[in-house]
Amino acid sequence: MIAVPIRRFYQNPSIRELIRPLGQIISFSAASSVVLSLLILLVALVLRGTAVNEYALSHYQVDILTLTLKNLPQVLIDGITLGFVYAAIALGYTMVYGVLEFINFAHSEIFAIGAFVGVEVLIAMNNAGVFTGISLWAAYGFLIIAILVGMVAAGGTAVLMEIVAYRPLRGAPRLVPLISAIGVSFFLQDLIRLVESLTTGQFHRIFPTFGNFDKRLLISNFDIAGTTLELNIQFKSIIVIIAAVVMLMLLNYIVNATKIGTAIRAVAQDRASASLMGININLCVVVTFLIGGALGGAAGVLYALKFTRIDPFVGFFPGLKAFTAAVLGGIGNLTGALLGGLVLGLLETFAGSYLYIFTMGAAGAEYKDILAFAILIIVLIFRPSGLLGEQVGQKA
Amino acid sequence: MAAIKSGKASASSIVNNFLNQGKRPYFLASVYLALGTLLVYFNPLNMASFFFLLSSAFVIYKLQMHGGFKLAITAVALLIIVPIIGIRNIFYLEVIFQISVFAALALGLNVVVGFAGLLDLGYVAFYAVGAYLWAFFGSQQMFLLAEIPGTAPSGTPFFLPADMFYLFAFLGIVVAALTGILLGLPVLRLRGDYLAVVTLGFGEVIRVLANNLDKPLNITNGPQGITPIQRPTLPEGLLNSLRVLMDPLVGRDVSQGEFYNLFFYLLALLVIIFVIIVVRRLDDSKIGRALTAIREDETAAVSMGIPLTRMKLTAFAVGASFAGIMGVMFAANRTFVSPESFSFMQSIGVLTMVILGGIGSIPGVILGAAVVIILNLQVLQGLSLYLSQLRQSEAVIPIIDFAWKNLSTQLDPAKYQRMLFGIILILMMIYRPAGLIPAARRKRELSTRSKDKKKPITPSSTAAEADHGAA
Repeated sequence: MIAVPIRRFYQNPSIRELIRPLGQIISFSAASSVVLSLLILLVALVLRGTAVNEYALSHYQVDILTLTLKNLPQVLIDGITLGFVYAAIALGYTMVYGVLEFINFAHSEIFAIGAFVGVEVLIAMNNAGVFTGISLWAAYGFLIIAILVGMVAAGGTAVLMEIVAYRPLRGAPRLVPLISAIGVSFFLQDLIRLVESLTTGQFHRIFPTFGNFDKRLLISNFDIAGTTLELNIQFKSIIVIIAAVVMLMLLNYIVNATKIGTAIRAVAQDRASASLMGININLCVVVTFLIGGALGGAAGVLYALKFTRIDPFVGFFPGLKAFTAAVLGGIGNLTGALLGGLVLGLLETFAGSYLYIFTMGAAGAEYKDILAFAILIIVLIFRPSGLLGEQVGQKA
Repeated sequence: MAAIKSGKASASSIVNNFLNQGKRPYFLASVYLALGTLLVYFNPLNMASFFFLLSSAFVIYKLQMHGGFKLAITAVALLIIVPIIGIRNIFYLEVIFQISVFAALALGLNVVVGFAGLLDLGYVAFYAVGAYLWAFFGSQQMFLLAEIPGTAPSGTPFFLPADMFYLFAFLGIVVAALTGILLGLPVLRLRGDYLAVVTLGFGEVIRVLANNLDKPLNITNGPQGITPIQRPTLPEGLLNSLRVLMDPLVGRDVSQGEFYNLFFYLLALLVIIFVIIVVRRLDDSKIGRALTAIREDETAAVSMGIPLTRMKLTAFAVGASFAGIMGVMFAANRTFVSPESFSFMQSIGVLTMVILGGIGSIPGVILGAAVVIILNLQVLQGLSLYLSQLRQSEAVIPIIDFAWKNLSTQLDPAKYQRMLFGIILILMMIYRPAGLIPAARRKRELSTRSKDKKKPITPSSTAAEADHGAA
């Protein structure tokens, strides 16, 4: 009896499009965590009989399997946090690719602009003394304001970029807008540097400390192999995850349950036909850039919150990795970008914490940056359509 | 609109006809070159006169003269004038050397991007491969494999004699070409934009490896880079006879270091002549036509029986090999290599040269390299100097009442190369995708084979249509 109202409730498109991504997020996070954890444990099991085990015993006083198991929960939490940041950036790539079929190379700078504007707003508040002795609620409120300002700035820049540098090249061969995008990317990097060095005299900015973001929330204590393991999560990681989840839900709602979202999907499928149906192509492209840019900007502020220090080139590696995530999930596919981001974030964190141990100190976390490229190349060779690539019709 | 365009074209053709009448171009070119030489000879520190001299290359290129005369006057300029001028002010020789190095790189990238239409964003990786090849074998690094970076015991011998450099210049070609093939094999079936990102990734991989391969075996010496790297020896007898010749012309004693600069300049010149010959022959060969076909339409090219992968690999290998030999030369010239020299920005710098000059156009690419290097080394640094002078002065910007000395010291235009590259790339893509000197093949494709050979082809008419066929 109770199933009927629930089904009716779920069949309401607005509600369905809000709930569905939540299910996807939970299942993707869980599935990728489980699969990758099993893989890493398998590797540890294989390495158990080798010299790596001795290395672990002599350096960490435990055998390799216990060591892997001990680090695993924390690595998973960090990986998922990073994964959501990548996913939020990857959505910008994938949306633009879906609509215009070109790689918006400058998206990484949109991300950097979001980060800088957000951090500058917070620094200005900090200098004005707003943060002295504020309540926790106010701290979160100010953070949300900073994220929103970052989103507006980044979205605005993205739209401006589209109008100035990409629109005149609509219809040109594929590489022409791509080269223009590289130009925009370089130009914006130095523009940020110029503005920052003229106004503040330095271009490294530090996220001000306020609220309880740096504190850790204790989840629970485990007993593994005789040692008590404290599993905790930083409040800022929780914020990153919640903010990313909210944004993903909103994005899914906009794309799948609103009129402009339908129009964008139509343009992505067939620009000419969409135009014949009376859809304003330029408006759709601008909205795509606006949404993608805003997501990138929010991701930028979240990144600054998580990693504290930013510089004008901060976008380069996250941008490339997010692009890899988009390709990994199947470019042009929103769900794919989410999955790709999570998988990549997890893999990178795994590499960052296990590579050093597994190679007995020969190759450490410094190689985690090129791991993304290795994945990119492997995916492009063996499965160019990405993990979820077959749902090409659903791209938006 | 059309009327204005044709008016413009006729105006330029009037100027062309006027300049190219009878013996006039020969006279003009000689006088221009001589004037430039004298100007620089007597004002070695004046930048304007140096530009004037450099622009004579463009004048010689543009005027219609007998091919033999062009060759002769270019040879005089490159082999006699530049060395003398260059030693009088060694900075000019450095600028010209860099132009040659980057022109060779740009010509190599041009084979990949211009001829085959494959956008390679990690081109500098091949340059790095060449540079690290000689850096490793031409230094003491072989004996420092087990050492921690920065703890080289004194008195470590060099692994190879310095004159192995010549062998390694050729090995640089081979190794870089092989690297190109190795990279190309898996990625060349990707579509254009994916290929761009993967090559970018490859460039970063090489840089990260150079940065981190100081353990477990210290191969690259990490971020500190490898130094000293040997230079080939200059025979003493030759040096002495050259000294007798050069000292009076230069007006003072020429040091050995300056001779090394001259030597590397001549070497770069040799390489670039070789590169130009190869690229020109390639462009008009069967392979070149196959590459053009691939660039224009892959599917059609395959159906015409062009072996897609092999042709693309050829383009990649040829492009990489030029970078390889230049890398070996770079390592020897600087006696120092570090990962910093092979960043993504360098790749984009080379790409900017290609785009600015004209994709697929040999003279265009050389012009592009010259313009970008001069903007980089002269204009941006000149601006930096000017700003630092302003900072020390009491000057104030009138309307906004801003004192120059309050200007942040972080604002150093010499470091804003990215902005320069970015602006050039955006503007060229929007307004002139075919470049400053569009490729001849593009002109040929669009104009019915010029029946009247004497009539100069005006780029303005064809460029507009060729524009978006660029990439």
